[in-house]
Amino acid sequence: MSDSTVVGLHHQEEHHPELLHHFAEPQQQRDSASLGMWIFLATEVMFFGGLFCAYLIYRGWYYPDFAAASKSISASLGGTNTAVLICSSLTVVLAIWAAQTSRRALLLIMLVLTMIFGVAFLGIKSIEYKQKFDEHHVPGASFNFEHESVPGHPDQYANPRHAEIFFALYFIMTGLHALHMIIGLGIFSWLLWMAWKGRFTPEYHTPLEIGGLYWHFVDIVWIYLFPLLYLIDRHP
Amino acid sequence: MSDHSKSSPLPMYFMVWGALLLGTFITYEVAKIDLGVFNSAVALIIATTKALLVTLFFMHVKGAHEKLLKLVVISTIFFLFILLALSMADYGTRAWS
Repeated sequence: MSDSTVVGLHHQEEHHPELLHHFAEPQQQRDSASLGMWIFLATEVMFFGGLFCAYLIYRGWYYPDFAAASKSISASLGGTNTAVLICSSLTVVLAIWAAQTSRRALLLIMLVLTMIFGVAFLGIKSIEYKQKFDEHHVPGASFNFEHESVPGHPDQYANPRHAEIFFALYFIMTGLHALHMIIGLGIFSWLLWMAWKGRFTPEYHTPLEIGGLYWHFVDIVWIYLFPLLYLIDRHP
Repeated sequence: MSDHSKSSPLPMYFMVWGALLLGTFITYEVAKIDLGVFNSAVALIIATTKALLVTLFFMHVKGAHEKLLKLVVISTIFFLFILLALSMADYGTRAWS
């Protein structure tokens, strides 16, 4: 017992205050945090993977109906949102770089920009949802997708029941993604608060890196959602 | 995660950003051209390239000194592949019977 006390005191004297006593050195602490986050992201991949799997199966079965339903959502809004998220991923890596090189003002600006991009994404998303509600394309009692022709076959109507499955998947997948964005905004508000208080230094900025990993993961989910949901059979 | 002694990573970050925006633009434009069954293939190849760029350069998997981290990333992709491949092998071949 006395040995460990001595070691503990020794650590407190020599190391960075953020270095927890069960880690040998800051690098090991950083690597452990990243590894833990990656294992969490692995569970997230499987979580979204199940939805992508359901999507692929139904798309294989009801392809013409999925194409007709996909054509009714705005590809330009979806494309804009993709660009917005890509820009937010850039501001995240720039924020971490700013912390690594002790640029406090740049760090704060980049964190605020990331959050602005995140809010812009959700704003554009809400415009899209509004359109779907107005068009009665939300699965449920008021759902209506009658007499919508299948792309490439103007004389053929899509089956509303099958299109409803597309819209159910669309709302679940984009809704779950939007929920991740909202949680991401919460995480980044906290990171901004920590950065404002000057907690991040070139030696210690692990929360920024962990929050950044989460943000990039949410970006990657959208990179797949965009072509799969918005761009089925778009050609005239 | 990046090595402080190395040169600035900024040009690389901006190049990856440009490539991601270009990929998004190409995905959007290619979808308007009729390529038959290859429309989906092209869209998924571009999406996977973009996802790889984000993972390797923005999430710093390239150059990470923790070997376990790469193992976790590769096994994640492997298990996702099992989930999708076995499910599609089942549902894709049900019409045969």
